[in-house]
Amino acid sequence: MTDTGMTPAADVANKKSSLSVLDARTRKRHAAETRFRMYGMTAIAVGLLFLVFLFASILRSGLPAFTQTVLEIEFTLTQEEFDTAESKMLKTGEYQKIFARALTEQLNASGLDVDFDKKAIKRIVGKPGGTIRRFFLENPDRIGSSVAFELAASSRVDGYFNGRVTRDSLVDSRFLMASDLDLVDALEKAGIVKSAFNWNFITGTDSGVDNPGGAGLGASVIGSFFMMLVVLFLALPIGVAASIYLEEFAPKNRWTDLIEVNISNLAAVPSIVFGILGLAVFIQFAGLPQSAPLVGGLVLTLMTLPTIIISTRAALAAVPPSIRDAALGLGASKMQSVFHHVLPLAMPGILTGTIIGLAQALGETAPLLLIGMVGYVAREYPEGVVSGFTDANSAMPAQIYTWASRADPGFYEKAWGGIIILLLFLITMNAIAVILRRRFERRW
Amino acid sequence: MNDMRIVERKVDTKEVKISAKDVQVYYGDNHAIKDVSVDIEDKTVTAFIGPSGCGKSTFLRCINRMNDTIDICRVTGDIAIDGEDIYDPKVDPVQLRAKVGIVFQKPNPFPKSIYDNVAYGPKIHGLAKTKADLDEIVEHALRRGAIWDEVKDRLHAPGTGLSGGQQQRLCIARAVATEPEVLLMDEPCSALDPIATAQVEELIDELRKSYSVVIVTHSMQQAARVSQKTAFFHLGSLVEYGETTTIFTNPVDPRTESYITGRIG
Repeated sequence: MTDTGMTPAADVANKKSSLSVLDARTRKRHAAETRFRMYGMTAIAVGLLFLVFLFASILRSGLPAFTQTVLEIEFTLTQEEFDTAESKMLKTGEYQKIFARALTEQLNASGLDVDFDKKAIKRIVGKPGGTIRRFFLENPDRIGSSVAFELAASSRVDGYFNGRVTRDSLVDSRFLMASDLDLVDALEKAGIVKSAFNWNFITGTDSGVDNPGGAGLGASVIGSFFMMLVVLFLALPIGVAASIYLEEFAPKNRWTDLIEVNISNLAAVPSIVFGILGLAVFIQFAGLPQSAPLVGGLVLTLMTLPTIIISTRAALAAVPPSIRDAALGLGASKMQSVFHHVLPLAMPGILTGTIIGLAQALGETAPLLLIGMVGYVAREYPEGVVSGFTDANSAMPAQIYTWASRADPGFYEKAWGGIIILLLFLITMNAIAVILRRRFERRW
Repeated sequence: MNDMRIVERKVDTKEVKISAKDVQVYYGDNHAIKDVSVDIEDKTVTAFIGPSGCGKSTFLRCINRMNDTIDICRVTGDIAIDGEDIYDPKVDPVQLRAKVGIVFQKPNPFPKSIYDNVAYGPKIHGLAKTKADLDEIVEHALRRGAIWDEVKDRLHAPGTGLSGGQQQRLCIARAVATEPEVLLMDEPCSALDPIATAQVEELIDELRKSYSVVIVTHSMQQAARVSQKTAFFHLGSLVEYGETTTIFTNPVDPRTESYITGRIG
């Protein structure tokens, strides 16, 4: 490099260009870089905007599902009234009358005098007779003492309190009349109607199509839980074992290539295909019960396996080969090198992949359509662990889908509320994935 | 070259430890090692020198069958250690590798503590009955690796937190902890500075008392400094093999002379 004076580069250097003045080429490069940064920031800003929009709309539509307008009625049922009501043909009707009487009494006690008929009560709280009768049948010792009932108001009354239904928008129908709102206002003034946190939405079970107020997600959360147990205990061991074998032990030949290609392709198979496969194999051929979380879990296992295998193989492949060489060079067997050294290092990746696979499975609806979990009205909790797997149940996304397709607008906000709970579960799972990854991460 | 010599040229024994005959290695269609026959003696440092890609590392890896881990690699010919063919179907490469230790070019400690790094080999081979035995083996190995004084106070610190030279000595300690009979070293000093290199070289000379050491190196000075025997590889063939002094001062083959004088390679 001593003879640089003879090269053309030296001529350029001799022009004595100033470093404080940017030349045209540098300016151009700077401009290109600035533009590129702008594109990136715009992309992120647009992404964030959509995210904010998404969350805002979910919260706006879904939060009302967590509050419920209730009528608080307190009254005493005497043994005589109970016996009379039980002797009648239309038993719940009798209780309805008792309820109406108690309501009038309570209104009068507050100094309000509003006329209402039986139908107005039906429009406002549905048919409370059944609920009241069931309570007294289950708790006969409470007959004769004062009992406070909290009865869920109908979806339109609920909507009236949430602002979904206004006097202007209300069209008189068999669901709610404008005149009923006067009664509702009076009830509110008397302190009988109030808005309460809707625990039933989180812990309760699904209701019929005409009772969005009583609908809860609890049973389907349990359904999802049992499905995830099946997925976790099948997909994780099978997926990890398959990945370890393929990545570390399998000879590289045409067969393993074929398997690899097929696993990658399976990851892209639409989930409804797994659903119909589950219907054909697990329900029709193997005779497993319909709508059962066990079958749902098996189907979702099939769907999650490729995800877990692909991420596990990526995690295993990311372990530097020098670690394997080090273990083998010390006389460790192939299996010792994998289980003592490679697997612990791949663990964060495997766990992350598994949890993301589980989260994906948790939110999957299409396969559940075909095995009968969508549309099943999960009115009851499973009785035990075994029935948790085998009894028909719904699952969170299936329940949301069911609600969203019901006619009553009250179910619309329930569906949004269900989405909020589902998202909370997903965020929790992803947070666990992040924490596990941090905790197990090791450097080499 | 005599001024650089730090070791005795005298070969202690003439006992052959490793004997290779007509070894051929193929990577797929690529014929990487051609007709290599060499007798490596016990308690001797044998250096493999030669330009990059000449097959010296490949041949080294044949001696403890590390090439088995490469799918497309095929080895033919005979390599015997103490007269036993190591490519015999009855030989378990796992057992072989306990007998033939290897130190790699890049220090590759496990991402575990220094103690666990050294204890791993003895543990899987069942060399220690008790915790005290194991402690003793670890200390002994770290002393032999000339790193004990630097790490004795932090045996439970991660091995990956050491400097490059320390890591390499840790890897050597880890290799000697399993009590091998042959120690293969694949350019052990290529990532080290001159001081660490000097430490490792002293260590190699020390290890010669108990093991047959085979070292692959790019540095001819290093070969001249540490080895008693030198083999020169070129384009997959063993060109010349003999006493280090002879190879460096009076090579028979013109290619060897060109290489050691810096005209090829």
